[in-house]
Amino acid sequence: MSEIIRVENLSYIYNLGMPDATKALDDVSFTVEEGDFVGIIGSTGSGKSTLISHFNGLNRPTSGRVLVDGKDLWEQGADLRSFRFLVGLVMQYPEYQLFEETCAKDIAYGPRNMGLDEAEIQRRIKEAAAFVGLSDELLEKSPFELSGGQKRRVAIAGVMAMHPRVLVLDEPAAGLDPEGRDTILSQIKDYHKKTGITVLLVSHSMEDIAKYANRVLVMHRAKIAMYDTVENVFARAQELLELGLSVPQVTQIFLKLRQMGLDIPADVYTIPYAVKTIQKALAAKQAGEVQ
Amino acid sequence: MLKDITIGQHFPGHSVLHRCDPRLKLVATIAYIVVLFVAPNPLGLALSIALLAALYKIAQIPGKMILKSLKPIVPIVIFTAVLNLFFVTGQGEPLVHFWVLNIYIEGVKYAILLAVRVCALIAGTSLLTYTTSPIVLTDAIESLLRPLAKLHFPVHELAMMMTIALRFIPTLIEETEKIMNAQKARGAMLDSGTFTQRIKALVPILIPLFISAFRRADELAMAMECRCYHGGEGRTRLKQLKFTSEDFRCLVVIAVALVVIACTRLFVPGLA
Amino acid sequence: MPNQESILQAQNVHFRYDPEQPKYAVDGVTLDIRRGEFVAVLGANGCGKSTLAKHFNAILLPEAGTVLVEGMDTRNEDHLYDVRQKVGMVFQNPDNQIVATIVEEDVAFAPENLGVPPEEIRTRIDEAMKLAGIYEKRDAAPYKLSGGQKQRVAIAGVIAMRPDCLVLDESTAMLDPHGRAQVMKTIHQLRAAGITIVSITHYMEEAAQADRVLVMSRGRIVMEGTPEQVFSQTEKLHSYHLDVPQAAELRDELVKAGIPMPENVITPEACAEELFKLLK
Repeated sequence: MSEIIRVENLSYIYNLGMPDATKALDDVSFTVEEGDFVGIIGSTGSGKSTLISHFNGLNRPTSGRVLVDGKDLWEQGADLRSFRFLVGLVMQYPEYQLFEETCAKDIAYGPRNMGLDEAEIQRRIKEAAAFVGLSDELLEKSPFELSGGQKRRVAIAGVMAMHPRVLVLDEPAAGLDPEGRDTILSQIKDYHKKTGITVLLVSHSMEDIAKYANRVLVMHRAKIAMYDTVENVFARAQELLELGLSVPQVTQIFLKLRQMGLDIPADVYTIPYAVKTIQKALAAKQAGEVQ
Repeated sequence: MLKDITIGQHFPGHSVLHRCDPRLKLVATIAYIVVLFVAPNPLGLALSIALLAALYKIAQIPGKMILKSLKPIVPIVIFTAVLNLFFVTGQGEPLVHFWVLNIYIEGVKYAILLAVRVCALIAGTSLLTYTTSPIVLTDAIESLLRPLAKLHFPVHELAMMMTIALRFIPTLIEETEKIMNAQKARGAMLDSGTFTQRIKALVPILIPLFISAFRRADELAMAMECRCYHGGEGRTRLKQLKFTSEDFRCLVVIAVALVVIACTRLFVPGLA
Repeated sequence: MPNQESILQAQNVHFRYDPEQPKYAVDGVTLDIRRGEFVAVLGANGCGKSTLAKHFNAILLPEAGTVLVEGMDTRNEDHLYDVRQKVGMVFQNPDNQIVATIVEEDVAFAPENLGVPPEEIRTRIDEAMKLAGIYEKRDAAPYKLSGGQKQRVAIAGVIAMRPDCLVLDESTAMLDPHGRAQVMKTIHQLRAAGITIVSITHYMEEAAQADRVLVMSRGRIVMEGTPEQVFSQTEKLHSYHLDVPQAAELRDELVKAGIPMPENVITPEACAEELFKLLK
């Protein structure tokens, strides 16, 4: 695997030089390997959204560097717009960006800006629509006739159709009902598996991060608090709680069991893993009783 | 950036001018503008500026705020001044003769006076918005226009619209920035290309913005209904405007000052 | 605590947005909410729960059936403002509910509409802002507040009418976990002050804190009971496109794997306790 994103000593200050200047990112450094699925968590104001808007050049670092595929976004002569296609960014509540008469035309907006030919654009619309489960019939409808969940899928397809090497999503499931949330997130996971592209997913839901990501980046007060595999991060559940973040309910349960004095692993974050762990513990206890 | 657009900047403080009844401030500002026009002589203008300087001093608003408020109108001032410079004809010999253009001494005087007058006007109205928050100003307008309600003029509705507009300006500015970023992320080119290309590039921003504004309006209307809104009839107000004795003293001082300035036209010949 | 006195009653309520269409958004709902109760309403998008909620303060009127608010028929126009004052409504997007440019002016909006004398408005809004926990922010501009704070301003703005019942229509959906926790805390405070709460939500953890849970699907109430009773029926909830809290899901999976677990385990605390008994 090779590295796709490299962030070096990145700092970003809002309202620089004004009395209300605030440091949103403070000397942040990390790398993302191509093909990873990274969950980004942190409370509101921790710098997550500021961080991700640096990957496609919507924000310019106050100091430090951001490299995508080995190239510095802000180097002299760099074509900033090419990074917008390299790193596809889906913002919060992306359905509010839809504007075309039909869903198909809206999905085509990005590819058209890339200057692709018509046949390729049509091919990409079909492909992206398939990833998010939009029927041909829906594609010809106005986006404003669709349900909230469907609109959001159109918006996500619009970014997927640009064939980015990195897909960044800022809370793609916010405000949806449980089913809508699961649908969108599993479609993203599926897309990740099929295309092998790198996905960065910002979410407030630890349950979702635990279910879909393989690495987790925890932001806290403009700095990186943790950056590790999912297991290793959730094994530090107590610390996460101290940072004001929530952990999945299963993790809470195991944390409580440990506090009660049971010798049980703390890095449990999914239901199947929890069942297995309890089965093992039960077997160990019974073996102990037999002896 | 969009955030730099500010309408009616407020400069919070605790001076007499900040405390003063907004209705008085509003009426005084209008009177001041009228006086600027009825006393277009150098002495009147000098006195107006002195009055303004004193008021800025009392309100403890730094001088650079005056410059800030004047900055946007500099091109207009220069433009009108230059026009006057060239097109005002005088009786004597022209000062400068150039091609078909003649500059007379009257033209120079007139241009200078005009520029000073416009600057004094802007600085004066800025003082009103610096010392009065938009919401209080809205209350003042509603209160002053109230007699018109008898003539079925929609005074309350007008004030409500102003309040809601003030409330939603920051929200819509933020929303515009978000939509711009979302379209830039899809490769939109907003700040390059020919004029027609740029106009076209605005469509993906304006349509979502309008749709969102309509949605917000819908939801706000429903939320207002849920809070028993039914127009201005039978409505009370949390904050009542009260004309205090301090306001009365301010009224006397300002009235005397303005009358004195207006009277200068009787003694000093004006130019207009 | 809930008593037997009804505060909201719906009798066989039917409603369609478009009378030309055969599909009813609310299709025969009968329910009874008692004074002091905290009721959570669950259901997938488009199940009719928000439509039903809008019937409780006469924003929508039933096509057939009746809705009574403290005995007043919502269709009786003479009672319109009484009904709206008794039943406060808070919506999803806090930005679109705040009218004024200063927090306390916004909270005063409803009492002003009701023609409350100025001195009394002051007492009412101070009380409402304290109850919602935003009294410290009373001079702030709403756009400078966080989502959770804005939503509590919206709640205070409704509480200032001194309603008997508060209906929250997905009021936590757009908030982050911190903001959600703040709003939930406020809800519990209002309940302690004797206000009846009807909360429409997608968050199972929030519904688990209610006295009673109603599940809606296709315009009808399909499940009803205490959170324990409702959330023990994992399969049935999944069939209505809903989740259960993870603790309940874990209990279910353990039972499936042959590990004995009692019914009615829906909170992490209860689940940990049962597991401790099993493993100690």
